[in-house]
Formats: sequence, structure tokens, C-alpha cells
Amino acid sequence: MAEATRLPIAPSPAAPSWLGQLSWAWVGVVPFFVFALMFLIVPTALLMVGGFQDAQGHLTLRNLADLFQPTILSSYVISIKVSAASAIGGALIGFALAYAAIAGGLPAFVRPALMTFSGVASNFAGVPLAFAFLATLGRAGLATALLNRWGIDIYRGGFNLLSFWGLTLTYMYFQIPLMVLILAPAIDGLKREWREASANLGASGWEYWRYIVLPILWPPLLGATLLLFANAFGAVATAYALTGSSLNIVTIVLYAQIRGDVLHNQNLGYALALGMILITGLSNGAYIWLRGRSERWLR
Amino acid sequence: MAFLEIANIQKRFALTTAVERVDLEVTRGEFVSFLGPSGCGKSTTLRIIAGFETPSAGAIRLDGVDITRRPPNQRHVGMVFQSYALFPNMTIAQNVGFGLKVAKKPAAEIARRVEEMLTLIKLPALGQRYPYQLSGGQQQRVALARALAIQPQVLLLDEPLSALDAKIRVALRNEIRSIQRKLDITTIYVTHDQEEALSLSDRIVVMNEGRVEQIGTPFEIYNAPATPFVAAFVGTLSILRGHVADPARGALVIDGQEVVAARGLEGARAGDACAVALRPEVVSLEGAAEDGNRMQGTVEDVNFLGSIVRVRVRFTDNTISLDTFNNPRLSPPQRGQPATVHFSRNAVLVLEAPTAG
Amino acid sequence: MTRGRLISWLLLLFGVLYFFVPLLGTLEFSLRYLRGRYSLTAYQIVLNDPRFLATIGYSTTLALATIAVGVVLVVPTAYWIQLRLPRLRPVVEFITLLPLVIPAIVFVFGYLRLYNSSSFLPLTGSERATDLLLTCSYVTLALPYMYRAVDTGLRAIDVRTLTEAAQSLGAAWSTILLRVILPNVRVAVLSGAFLTFAIVIGEFTMASLLNRPAFGPYLQNIGANRAYEPAALAIISFAITWASIGLIQVLGRGAPGQTVAR
Repeated sequence: MAEATRLPIAPSPAAPSWLGQLSWAWVGVVPFFVFALMFLIVPTALLMVGGFQDAQGHLTLRNLADLFQPTILSSYVISIKVSAASAIGGALIGFALAYAAIAGGLPAFVRPALMTFSGVASNFAGVPLAFAFLATLGRAGLATALLNRWGIDIYRGGFNLLSFWGLTLTYMYFQIPLMVLILAPAIDGLKREWREASANLGASGWEYWRYIVLPILWPPLLGATLLLFANAFGAVATAYALTGSSLNIVTIVLYAQIRGDVLHNQNLGYALALGMILITGLSNGAYIWLRGRSERWLR
Repeated sequence: MAFLEIANIQKRFALTTAVERVDLEVTRGEFVSFLGPSGCGKSTTLRIIAGFETPSAGAIRLDGVDITRRPPNQRHVGMVFQSYALFPNMTIAQNVGFGLKVAKKPAAEIARRVEEMLTLIKLPALGQRYPYQLSGGQQQRVALARALAIQPQVLLLDEPLSALDAKIRVALRNEIRSIQRKLDITTIYVTHDQEEALSLSDRIVVMNEGRVEQIGTPFEIYNAPATPFVAAFVGTLSILRGHVADPARGALVIDGQEVVAARGLEGARAGDACAVALRPEVVSLEGAAEDGNRMQGTVEDVNFLGSIVRVRVRFTDNTISLDTFNNPRLSPPQRGQPATVHFSRNAVLVLEAPTAG
Repeated sequence: MTRGRLISWLLLLFGVLYFFVPLLGTLEFSLRYLRGRYSLTAYQIVLNDPRFLATIGYSTTLALATIAVGVVLVVPTAYWIQLRLPRLRPVVEFITLLPLVIPAIVFVFGYLRLYNSSSFLPLTGSERATDLLLTCSYVTLALPYMYRAVDTGLRAIDVRTLTEAAQSLGAAWSTILLRVILPNVRVAVLSGAFLTFAIVIGEFTMASLLNRPAFGPYLQNIGANRAYEPAALAIISFAITWASIGLIQVLGRGAPGQTVAR
């Protein structure tokens, strides 16, 4: 890589002669790549390889097969369900909210306020979020009490915060703002003139949505939903603080496995991680592909 | 009988008045331009006609029917936007046919009409392309076809050529006018480019800061501007400032030289400050009639514009611009050489000016 | 009001409720320590708990270390990529995307396997070494945001021209980076720094699995054992997050072309 510099480079102090042609740029990025190797690439690669090995180090597909045993399979299923539910719920509500704030005819201050708040709320996850929902919708929570006062006993009706739906609802607290943030640029890309042109040509609001908005927005919508899915799939702190080990999602199982080898099989733990990487990797890959597709139209 | 009636239209926002008052009657098949600088209210007025803004007062009547309160998708007017606004997810054919599809016309009729429109705009082979594959000029023609496909009663164009290169602009505006003539469709055209307005329109509405300054044919607007704004905005103008010498005779003194207008200056007194305007084509360097005006000065600048040579002559404080046709056998005047400019009394446009304090 | 606008207002109302009711609920819950009346007792207990100060102090120290390491890694890299190595850009961007794709728990699992007591680099051998490992874990988490912020900041200033100007005046590379580039991307770096701070303070998984006394595990521990203090802690935590992110928005308004990534 010998990019000719047209300007004299100030002589660097005491450079050994064998560095010669080596551009300083390469030296400058070495720390980054070393760090990336040590803390990003190698650990992950090691886990992925370990998933294909047995305790003696021989290659095997046994671990992958073991992933399908009932307890582990069911943990994957629950994880997928929670992630999908919170992703779809977050996507629909987030989309509606973002569209209302950006293109819905609301006063100008609404959009920046929503963006700021979404920036904060999307980072408010983990343990404090679990506390917040316990304090609100737990048995002694404020909302529960208020609803009781108005005659609605949600716990008698079967609701329980420490359950699948409770966790989904809690996850949506950061999924919705994340959706708003991801989708805002795409909604910005919907030019106002398209709406006016469609009305001018006789289309109703619904026809505008059907023929123009949805065809243009479905790739970013789907992509963002997949991103939300991957985001929820990898979360562990919120679930740990809310439902503890009672809800057996994959991350909780992995957490327990790391802590104390509850699976009694190190390599199965690696396979578990491998499965996770596959699922989040595929979702993110699909998101990037879909984002590329839509960029052409929303330029 | 007016086909399109714009009656006392006003538009006020919380802090500003976008449109103070517009009254206009447009006959069927007429091409009317709204001309003015940015922010003068011309686009707002157009959007009120289209239905994207509701007026604070006044009414729009189309063929006798009051459409002021009708939603924009029920007005049956066709609009062409400055940014083309073609739907990116549809092919050209689908774009052009969109209005007909929404009106639930049968597919065969839509196909036929689309082909008709594409032929009209001379792009018959591009039906299956997407907007991003077309040039700006082509996209705008498609936008025009899309608006015309629904056979609207009125065609509205909002600065349709502003986003295009100069050469394409001239070609396309002539094409727009010829299509408009062929279809005999009533057209409202908004622009800030006075050359466009002058060359295309049957009548021009000149606007400034929400007010209508003048309504007239291009010839009237250019040669008989009603207000100083119209005089300065349309075409180029030289403005000379001086003092009134003899109001009865219509004589002024400008930079120590006498200039006489065609009529007396009513209401003015000797010594009042005054300003007059002259179009560059009425001023010449050659000798003219006995009772014409004559001023001595020095050539300050010569702009060779191709077929026109624009010369600027400086007196003491004032300068005057004059246009002569290029003469291949005569070289233009040199900077710094003395010059005498001639113009008739009728050419002097007296502008209202504040009296001396 | 048109029907569309009415729907927008209703949606906004729903959004506001969904986001503020939990916060209000937490606040109200945190004030309920004393039976019968509202008081700040829960807050007093929390703030006087020596473990609270210890863990916040620990996490803050680690956050600062993370920011320092992050800046040292990211700024020169982003600079060189923009200036001399544009072909490496896709590689670097892929690397900075990895922490967003691969969950944190997977990373820490990898670290424990790779750097445990019986490996070539026993980073879990001592407390200090584990702190170092945790810091590097946090750098991994913050990398995407830090890189995006600095990269955007560098794009907003004309890096090439500034460098050439400095070179023609005789500056060495270290001078250029420290005295010319860094001050001009200060706002971008600060944005990245505040985001990193917010991430580190609230982080639970990595600190818990590496067994370090950070704020996250402390929060979870309190939540498992106490009733009202967790709510107070949640409010405090939210305030810290809000302050950090809010500062980014405030900073961002001043600088050329700055937006918070994400």
C-alpha cells in the first residue's frame, strides 16, 4: 500500500531503517486490530469452534444434536417467542409513534422531544428497568393499585408480571424507543410531496398507505423488527432481575451454565452460545440486507 | 365567464400573512403565471387552489362550483411539483396511471391512456423504467403526464423547472406550452423566473409580500409597470436618481444634466428628490430626435452577451445600462471612452420617490 | 381536527402514558418506605449504604478507564482509516458492528474460557487483572458507539486539509493527532464518552460473571433482598442515564454535523 504523499512528512524520531516503506498509518491502526483480535474475534471464534468439539477436543456434531433435547430446545423456543413478541409489539407501536411524531401533523416540538426521550429510554434497560416495572405492575405496584381502585383486578384476571407476557411488556419499554430511533430516517425519507401528489391524483389516505407508504417502508420496517428481535434475544440482565431463573430463556440458561456448569457439559455450553450467535447473526444480516434494499428508494 | 375564479383569497398564519389578498378570474384554456420573489405568496396561493392549504378568507370557484372546502383528492385538478414527486416504488407507466387506478378505471383503459400520455410527452419507450433511472427533465415530463392523465379541469405547476439545468429549462418550457395549447387546458404556473413568465403566459400576476402588484399581459407588465416593484422585478432596469427642476414641464436634473419626461410631474415641487427608470433597449449610443434626451458620460463596463452587447455608462453618481445588438463589423465601445446616450421622453418611467426631507 | 391528526394525538398520548407511568410508579413506590406517608427514607438508606458508594465509585472508575482506552483505540484508528486506509473501512466497520450483533454474555463467556487461570494470559488470576479484563469488556460494548461518534466527527471536519496544513508547518504525527485532530473532535469524543459512561454504569452481565463489585450486580443484589430501596435505586439510575444522554444532546447541538448514533 504505497500511496504517494505529495508533501514532505516531518521526519519521525529514530525510525529503524527496516520500517522503510511501512506507512505510519498501518502502525497507527495496529492497537485497534490487536484489541479486536483479543477481545472480539478470537473469543467468539473459540466458542464457535468449541461447539463442534467434545471434551477431548475431537470434532463432533453431538453438541448441536444435544441442543435439541427438550429442556434446551424449550429454552430456545421461549427466547424466540419473547423476542418475537416484544419485537413485533415494539415495531408496531414504535412505527405508529414515530410516524405520528414525524409525519402525523403534530406540533413541531413533538419530534425532537420524542427523539431525545427515545435516546434515553432505549438505554434504560437491565436491572433498573425490571425494578421500575415491578414497582408499577407488580402486585404492590402503582398501576395495579390504581386499576384495582377502578375495579379492575389484573392479577385475578390472570396477569402476572413475572411471566412471559410480563417480560415481553418490560422488554417493549426499550424496544419501542429503539424502533423510533431506527425508523426515523426512513420516515423522513417519505417526501411530503408524495402524499400531496397522491391526494391530488384522487387517492384517499388509506390508498396512499396501501400503494405508496407500505411498499416503500416494508423493507426498513421488517429490518428494524429483526434488529429488535436480535436485541431482545441477547438480553439477560432485565430477565434475570425480573423473572430470575423461573423463565427459562436461553440467556438465563447460558448465564447459569457459565456460573456453574449446570449442563454438566462444557461443550454443550459452547454449542448454546453458537446457537445464539447464529440466530442474532442471521437477524442482523437480514436487517443489513433489507436496509440496503430500501436505500435506493429513500435517497 | 370565468372558468376559474379566485375570489378574495387570504391566508394568514400566527405571526405572518402569507397572502394578503388575491382576486383573479381565469378564462377556460388560459395560461396564467404567478410571478414573484421567494416568499411572495405565489406558491401558497397555488396550494390553496390545489387544496393543500385552507384559506383564511375567500373562495375558489371552478366552473361555477365552489370548491374552497373540498379535500384535495376530490378537486380534479392536476399538480406538477418542483421536485417531480414521482412515486419511487412504481414504474413510469404505473406512476402515470396512478390517478386512473385510484379512480378504478378498467385496466385496458388505463393502459391505453398511459400510452397516449407517454406519446404526448415523447417518452413512449420508458414505461417500464423506474424514476431513479430517468434524468431530471424526463422525470418532470412524466410528472406532467401523470397530472394530465386524469384529464383535470385545471393544471397547476409549482416552479416545475427550477430544479433543472438552464438548457433543459428552455426546451421543456416550450414543450409544456405546446402541450397546454394542444389540450387547451386552463393552467396556473408559478415561477420566480421572469423570462419564463414572460415567454409562456397569456397573463401574468406579479406578487410581492403577499400582495398582487399587477395583473396583465406580458407586454403590459413589461412596458407599463404599475408599481416600482414590477418595474424593477420584470426585465432589467436602470434607475436614475435626481431632483425635480420644473414640475410643469416634467424636467429633472440628474447628475447636473437635464432630463425631460413625457408628462408633467404632478404634485411635485422644484427641489424634490425623484427617481426615473429606463429599459436598456430604449437607450442608445446613436443620435436621436431633436426633442429627445441626451446625457454625457463615460463607458464604465461592456458585457458581451452574444447577440446582445450590454454597455454601462456612468455619469457622476448614476449609471445607465443600455443594450445594443451585436454588430460583427463594429467592435463594441471601449471602457473609459466618453459616450453620449440618447433616449426619448416617452421612454422615461417616472417612479414614485420620497420627497426630500 | 382531521381524523389523521386525532389518531396522531391519541398515539402520542398512549406513548406518553406507556413511558411515564412506570417512572411515576417507581417514584411513588420509592417514597413508600414509611407506612402511611411519603418520605425519602429509602433514598437516605441507599445513599448512606457504604456498598452504594463503593460500587458507584468502582463503576465510575472503570467507566473513566473505558473511555480512556476507547479514545486511545478509536481516535487514531478512525483518523488513519479516513486519511490513508479507506480500503480497510469495511473491515473496521464490520468489527465495530460485532458487539451489536453478538450478545455481551457470549463475549464474557469467551473471555472466561480464553483468559482463565489455566490459559496463556491468566487475566482472571488476580483482582487487578480481572478489572483490566472487565475494562476491556466494556470497551468492547462501547466500541460501536464510540467509533460511530468519532467517525462522524472526523467527517464533519476536513481531516485531510488539516493534516496537510499541520504537516506543511512541520508537525510530527503525534503532534498532529494530539494538538490538531483531537481538539477538533472533542465534541464527538465527549458524546461517545457520555454514552460509554451510561452503558458502563448500568451494566450487569459482564460484571456479575467476572465477579467484580460494580454497580450493576449491587443493584441486582439489592433488588433480590429489599423492597423499597430498589425503586429508589432505579430512579437514581434513570437520573444518571438521563443526565448522560441529555448532555450528549446538548453537546450535539453545538458541533458541526453531530448526531447521536442510535
